[in-house]
Amino acid sequence: MSDSKSWILPEGIEEVLPPHAYQLELLSRKIIDQFDSWGYELVIPPLIEYLDSLLTGTGKDLDLKTFKITDQLTGRLMGVRADMTPQVARIDSSLIKRDIPVRLCYFGTTLHTRTRTLGGTRAPMQIGTELYGHGGVESDAEILSLMLMTLQISGIRNVYVDIGHMGIYRRLMNLLEVTTEQEAIIFSLLQKKAKTELDQALKSWKISPKLHDVTLSLMELYGDHTVLDEARKLFNKVDMTIINCIDELEQISDLTQKHVKDASLMYDLSDLGGYNYHNAMMFTAYTHGQGQGIAFGGRYDDIGKECGRFRPATGFSSDVKLLYELSVHEDTNKSVIFAPGSDVPGLNDAVNDLRKKGEKVIYQLSGQAGDAKTMGCDRELYLDGGRWKIRDLS
Amino acid sequence: MTSSLTIAISKGRILDDTLPLLEKVGIVPEENPDKSRKLILGTNQPDINLIIVRATDVPTYVEYGGADVGIAGKDILLEHDSSELYEPLDLGIAKCRLMLAELVQYKTRNGRLRVATKYTRTTRKYFTEQGIQVEIIKLYGSMELAPVLGLADKIVDLVDTGNTLKANGLKATDTICEISSRLIVNKAAMKIKRDKIKQLISSLEKIV
Repeated sequence: MSDSKSWILPEGIEEVLPPHAYQLELLSRKIIDQFDSWGYELVIPPLIEYLDSLLTGTGKDLDLKTFKITDQLTGRLMGVRADMTPQVARIDSSLIKRDIPVRLCYFGTTLHTRTRTLGGTRAPMQIGTELYGHGGVESDAEILSLMLMTLQISGIRNVYVDIGHMGIYRRLMNLLEVTTEQEAIIFSLLQKKAKTELDQALKSWKISPKLHDVTLSLMELYGDHTVLDEARKLFNKVDMTIINCIDELEQISDLTQKHVKDASLMYDLSDLGGYNYHNAMMFTAYTHGQGQGIAFGGRYDDIGKECGRFRPATGFSSDVKLLYELSVHEDTNKSVIFAPGSDVPGLNDAVNDLRKKGEKVIYQLSGQAGDAKTMGCDRELYLDGGRWKIRDLS
Repeated sequence: MTSSLTIAISKGRILDDTLPLLEKVGIVPEENPDKSRKLILGTNQPDINLIIVRATDVPTYVEYGGADVGIAGKDILLEHDSSELYEPLDLGIAKCRLMLAELVQYKTRNGRLRVATKYTRTTRKYFTEQGIQVEIIKLYGSMELAPVLGLADKIVDLVDTGNTLKANGLKATDTICEISSRLIVNKAAMKIKRDKIKQLISSLEKIV
């Protein structure tokens, strides 16, 4: 590459330019304000920390996504955060240490070794909320509602949310009595809904015909609320733990619809994508024109345990850059007033007054290129009989 | 948006085998895809379009959401290796095998095994599972030439009748995978256009 193009950024890394950077900041602020109104306290986790703490309780997926560097001071391996959720879980369980429900929210850039989707970013700006210390359906419904509201605030219409339950899958795997390797194969085939391959795999492992059929049918359980009834029929004679998970999904869904009236909630009982630290209800939001999910969340009670203190946990997150791209946003560009060089008596006071009133004013710089109009101004300050006045630039 | 459905498909054997299936479920292209130069073809159903792309590009179009549904060979899907796609139905068409082959008079030689193939990812996985270290040589076609001219010791390629192998003095020694074409679906489309896609899957399921 020639030196003249050395400013080209690495793949999947991008900057946000005016006017979008300001609007993106406004959107983030609106979302954080929404979290704040629900009592979620903002935390700012570090960009980088020791790898063993960063990846505590998380799976291989996150390990592969994390950029690693050696700390020159200690020789220990450090990781740049690829997901802020485990960091916030650590903050709750090792620093805040309260027994009451703790509501936390966060916002910051993360870094991924590989893009999540084709042509996607490697530096998402993660925004999200986490609720610790409550294991009931109300907290799951609160988190799901906050995700729906976040998408509403971003002006994203036609949102479809798919809800699933890791508990159903985990219980079924216990019943199948498969090895860890076999379970990994089943998980991957369920995520692809690869019916033929799953059928062949289960046959080759000589799984009992009843559990074989149940596992294959799990793949077909996606759609509206009628899916829950089908699931109850399917698992009724198999296992009551799974029936409890299905009841939980229904309760969460009912509670969510009370918070967000027009929520469009669907179910997919075998789609368990995302990071593999979730252990119960989990969800993904989709919208038109996006081949992949745009916001994710769910319950992950096990991370805190690995940090030394068991804390029920549920949360969601999204990439605010993606939300901004998808949003229908108003043009918030304010008009700008052009002020002549600052060395004129009374001018500074006039400009300060205007700024206090919320106006945007820029000073002309001595010998600068371009006039008021080329600087993007639509009005200018001028002296009229000893008083500063404003006139339109037509 | 919600109502229209785009199906990605590649020309050649998959297309030839797929068109009769689509016809049976009531989807007929408005023009003959083999003769038309158009890449987006309408069908007798106003809300269903076909797009004609290269076989290796079908999973990319579907994963990215350029197409909602696609028809792709298992060989291509193994190479694409993504969990961001659904593969809900084996259409049982364009059947063949991905096989390991060598010269009929193959003699083992010292040094690392060299394998020529278009399917580098699948080949690497196959040998890794057996704990065999190999050097993979990526070729785009006429694989059978590689052992004949001493470029490689073995090849991994699709085998249908086995005639091409035989004509070039090669024999198949192992089946790596049985291949057929799959219906693949974009994850978001499966949620957003659920009714339409579920209907397509179930009507195809009845006839395959």
